Amino acid sequence: MPEIKRPLSPHLAVYSWQTSNTLSILHRMTGVALSFAALGLISWIVAVAAGEAAYNRVLSVLSSPLGYLVLFGFSASLFYHLGNGIRHLSWDAGLGFEKNFARLSGWFTLLIAVIATVLYWLGAFA
Amino acid sequence: MVEFTLPPNSRVKKGRVFSASEDGAKMRRFVIYRYDPDSGENPRLDTYEVDTANCGPMILDVLIKIKNEIDPTLTFRRSCREGICGSCAMNIAGTNTLACTQSTADLKGDVKIYPLPHMSVIKDLVPDLTNFYAQYASIKPWLQTRTPAPVDHERLQSKEDQEKINTPSACILCACCSTSCPSYWWNSDRYLGPAALLAAYRWLVDTRDEAGSERLDGLEGPFRMFRCHTIMNCTYACPKDLNPARAIAETKKMLALRRS
Repeated sequence: MPEIKRPLSPHLAVYSWQTSNTLSILHRMTGVALSFAALGLISWIVAVAAGEAAYNRVLSVLSSPLGYLVLFGFSASLFYHLGNGIRHLSWDAGLGFEKNFARLSGWFTLLIAVIATVLYWLGAFA
Repeated sequence: MVEFTLPPNSRVKKGRVFSASEDGAKMRRFVIYRYDPDSGENPRLDTYEVDTANCGPMILDVLIKIKNEIDPTLTFRRSCREGICGSCAMNIAGTNTLACTQSTADLKGDVKIYPLPHMSVIKDLVPDLTNFYAQYASIKPWLQTRTPAPVDHERLQSKEDQEKINTPSACILCACCSTSCPSYWWNSDRYLGPAALLAAYRWLVDTRDEAGSERLDGLEGPFRMFRCHTIMNCTYACPKDLNPARAIAETKKMLALRRS
């Protein structure tokens, strides 16, 4: 009998997006974004050490419209990743696994992240 | 490994449409994954029109009606038709569940039915569960003792201790949870998956079992248990309303406490 190479059944493309798995992948993505944010923070600190000219150059990049957009994304990532990190800590302590509670805590985390981001930027321009 | 697309031989093509010859009272369309190993062709999606007014209430009833009346080549596993054997686990409308306990009326629009995700497909809705069963066997799902058995009675257990194992013992090994887990999709060769880990937990909390330390040894390392990232798909998919995610978290705690 000839050997048949069996197909792999569809996975990511067919599985439904639920609160739980959507927020999980968002946690991963914001984590990756924050790694880049750390590089940005380092470049800013290095620019301080490198002198006034270098600092002004970095500052002009960061305060451009695109710079602000990126910083906004970084801040939103930080607040979401922080909130969801606390959610993960509670799971690691064995708490919050009821299906309805886990769904609610997800929406709550998202809400907190949005509020914190808005307050942060209101504070920055106040 | 993470892979977002399917290999070339697994890409799903458009299939045939079996239109109903006459209009029924409640016509629904069911889009079903088909793969025929004898044809050498890629999998395809066939569409069947079924009058659900003239059919049992569950998705399994629809599948049986299609097989009996429309297309006898449609292949799927089924046995008990009441949610206790775990044979008819499949991906229905985007979520893994049992066809026999999934009501058709609860689903909206065209119903898409695939085999359990990221599995090797034998035919149509029948996946190869060899690896899944081997992983279950690897956690040694039986009572292990060192002390000699009491001579005049069984190893007794209090009512409270029995309650600890009642819920995890209700697992029917349908594989809905493991095949819903993205971590299991990418690492099923090294990550045990929620079903096997729930079973490991069931024996860890059994007060009669005396191999707890060895059982925990078997779960050490970055892959076997710690690929669980609490995505929670397992818990939401479980047709028996069990909570593998919580069982894994409790087992992680046991390992952490043992180290400290």
